[in-house]
Amino acid sequence: MAKHHVSTTVNGDQVEFLCETQQTLLDVLRDELELTGTKEGCGTGDCGACSVMLDGRLVCACLVLGVEAEGHSITTIEGVAKGNDLHPIQQQFLDDAALQCGICTPGFIVAAKALLEQNPDPTETEVRFWLAGNLCRCTGYDKIIRAVMNAAAKMREEA
Amino acid sequence: MGNEPKIFSKNFKWVGTRPVRPDGVDKVTGRAAFGADYQLPGMLAGAVLRSPHAHARIKSIDVSAARALRGVLAVVTAADFPDLPSEVSTGGEAPINFRHVSLNVIARDKVLYEGHAVAAVAATSASIAAEAAALIKVDYEVLPHVIDVLEAMRPDAPVLHADLITNGVEPAPTKASNIAARTGFTLGDTAKGFADADVIVEREFTTAAVHQGYIEPHAVIATMGADGMATIWCSSQGQFMVREFTAKLLGMEISSIRVIPAEIGGGFGGKTTVYLEPLAVALANKSGRPVKLVMSRVEVFKATGPTSGTHVKVKIGARRDGKLVAGEMVLKYQAGAFPGSPATLGGMTGFAPYDIEHASAECWDVVSNRPKCAAYRAPGAPMAAFGVESVLDELAQKLDLCPLELRLKNAAKAGTRALYGPKFPEIGYVETLLAAKAHPHWSAPLGPNQGRGIASGFWFNIGGPSSAAIHINEDGTAEVVTGNPDIGGSRASMAMMAAEVLGIDLAKVKPMIGDTGQIAYSFLTGGSRVTFATGKAVIEAAEATVTELKKRAAKLWKIEAEHVEWRDGQAWCTLADGTDRAPLSLAKIAHSAGKTGGPISGAVSINATGAGAGFGTHLCDVEVDPETGAVKVLRYTAIQDVGRAIHPAYVEGQLQGGAVQGIGWALNEEYIYDDKGRLQNAGFLDYRMPVASDLPMIDTVLVEVPNPGHPFGVRGVGEVPIVPPLAAVANAVSRAAGLRIDALPISPPRLLKAIDGARQA
Repeated sequence: MAKHHVSTTVNGDQVEFLCETQQTLLDVLRDELELTGTKEGCGTGDCGACSVMLDGRLVCACLVLGVEAEGHSITTIEGVAKGNDLHPIQQQFLDDAALQCGICTPGFIVAAKALLEQNPDPTETEVRFWLAGNLCRCTGYDKIIRAVMNAAAKMREEA
Repeated sequence: MGNEPKIFSKNFKWVGTRPVRPDGVDKVTGRAAFGADYQLPGMLAGAVLRSPHAHARIKSIDVSAARALRGVLAVVTAADFPDLPSEVSTGGEAPINFRHVSLNVIARDKVLYEGHAVAAVAATSASIAAEAAALIKVDYEVLPHVIDVLEAMRPDAPVLHADLITNGVEPAPTKASNIAARTGFTLGDTAKGFADADVIVEREFTTAAVHQGYIEPHAVIATMGADGMATIWCSSQGQFMVREFTAKLLGMEISSIRVIPAEIGGGFGGKTTVYLEPLAVALANKSGRPVKLVMSRVEVFKATGPTSGTHVKVKIGARRDGKLVAGEMVLKYQAGAFPGSPATLGGMTGFAPYDIEHASAECWDVVSNRPKCAAYRAPGAPMAAFGVESVLDELAQKLDLCPLELRLKNAAKAGTRALYGPKFPEIGYVETLLAAKAHPHWSAPLGPNQGRGIASGFWFNIGGPSSAAIHINEDGTAEVVTGNPDIGGSRASMAMMAAEVLGIDLAKVKPMIGDTGQIAYSFLTGGSRVTFATGKAVIEAAEATVTELKKRAAKLWKIEAEHVEWRDGQAWCTLADGTDRAPLSLAKIAHSAGKTGGPISGAVSINATGAGAGFGTHLCDVEVDPETGAVKVLRYTAIQDVGRAIHPAYVEGQLQGGAVQGIGWALNEEYIYDDKGRLQNAGFLDYRMPVASDLPMIDTVLVEVPNPGHPFGVRGVGEVPIVPPLAAVANAVSRAAGLRIDALPISPPRLLKAIDGARQA
């Protein structure tokens, strides 16, 4: 079966790749583009470990086909920091010990960034419901929620 | 050696602080490489064919069509693996029968659960591998199956293993059954104890099988060269475990395998055995190419270890003043398809927080057509504690006593003999109860349909074989190499303990996890042992390094080493002979190492003993919706004696994470089977783990009663926090709804039925 040729933008870079029809955007990011920061926890859109931004919208990369990336712009966890300058959410996750094993962390950071871009001053309840699509089995969410709230506060001060 | 610790009484510089973890940046930027993140040139993708039946005889397997598919380079079945004899190894945390491990990794004559691996293929793409697996023809003779533990114990139940004769029953049965073993513990004379009781409460409890639920599915890449040397990259709780188990299952020598530990995306006990690694090495061997195998979430649910569903009977007697006089437990635990449930651990732990003169536990290990259970955080303890702590709550109600005071009155202390044998040394259970009593949560008002539950829990914590090496670099920086995967921040605590002993800046100490060729053997990451046991090895390695540094300083000063002291990362001369000898920093000594005897390092391998038992007490407030049966957790406080918190933020994280796993166990999570023995909810949508919007903040209190068995007082902390929540939640619901909860999970339909039943009664 012939592969599809896809042209897209990933973290600001123009990229082209070949993929099979059934390959998801997640498969393509990980296996073809070697951007393995985006994780697969379930493959069914239930865990949020593969959260990425597609044209500014938060999606599960496992629910998007690779061919659907054609002509669009994708941001993954690898594109969240500017070079070696961490995003305030990334820094806050470190300062607040908001990760244990770290497998869900990229998805949480991408999802939290999406929240704060549209709501810079969320309540705890808003953060909890926004992040309800991201599973973490290690932390019990406490430190993650605090890190997002603290990052939001710092970003508001700097804005 | 090295088991004569002293409690450091000095002020710590690093211990007890909250620095950013050394592996943190990699984990927030996506750079950290987990099990599935490796790629090798020429790598093949693998797929595993799994049984669609709960119980069936394999009459034949025809792989010819799969093998003939273009792009398929290897197919393996049980015929490609040695048929191991039944042999129990007792080297690890629990006895291991490698025949069972082998038969679980790939089925030989029978499949024993839906999802049991039957064959594996490697092909040039994942889609071809999946297509090839579907082309394998397996002729099954479907057999009657059994799922429930009590049904599996019946004499007429379908028998899984024709050679399974119950252990621990006198006289030994002559017929095979599903009952693998009976164990028991007795203290005093329970009949006499119950005769002295004014009040006796007896209840039966059930808990569902629940999965560890790590977010990272099992993943491995293996290569095998023509020289017979295999290299494995995988995510596990122990690279040495993977090496030993894989060698055993493939009939290889241990030295022919090198295991490189990937970052591990959660384990909770579920990654303490092998599933894919032997298959990947066998496929790599047959194909001559690197092979990657990654489980889907469905495979994780169907084929990897949940923990046991259980049936637990608890009977406790007390005098009118609340003094507990007798306790009995009968625990029946599902082992899954092969023996080895943690029933015995349930029997050892359930009564451990209490001083009860007459007590007994009877533990049954029962196989049924479910995936073989694997360790899950304090294996076996939460289910026993659910029964005991629920009965205590009911006793308190019957005696009209405060449930906290009842526990305080009967709490185990230093010198109390545990049902499982030993007398406790210094422990901090009473301190956790006093902290609970003093916490504002305990006295906060409750609204209508709300209830407050309290429950406690115990875990042994373990030590065991552990290795550590410290390398001093030419510029005075240092590496700390250990052999334990970092599952929740242990790199930070290793570096902090090393920096504490070396007396240098934490930023100058870099922790590393060695592969099986880079560091001596270490038992796996589990049993809440790493910060305690491997930490002890790190401290000893750092002390050995300091001894060497002092010798080198002495050489530079041309004096005897006995005249050198080590303070604040510097060598100080104690001789008052009029010669001016300014202190020598570690960096200076390192710089001149070439002149004083070469590279400076310290390496130790120890068998750490002296692990301090851990106790915790949890408070939980819930609100019950009497119309829907829904339960909302409003407030939660986890209190634990942690001995000494090296990095308090990650210790709090252990308490919070364990508490929430326990909340999920109590309220939502369960394995649900259909009448054919097929799992109905093998995905995160239907197997409902707690999400952020289900929960409040999880408050924590770290009580520090130092463990005399560790130089800094460390106790293991990871497992205790999952023991109390089942009963803490159930007791809260019981008090909110005005009825006793005896079955988990407390799902809305189940609770609604109980509420409606109580209304009608």
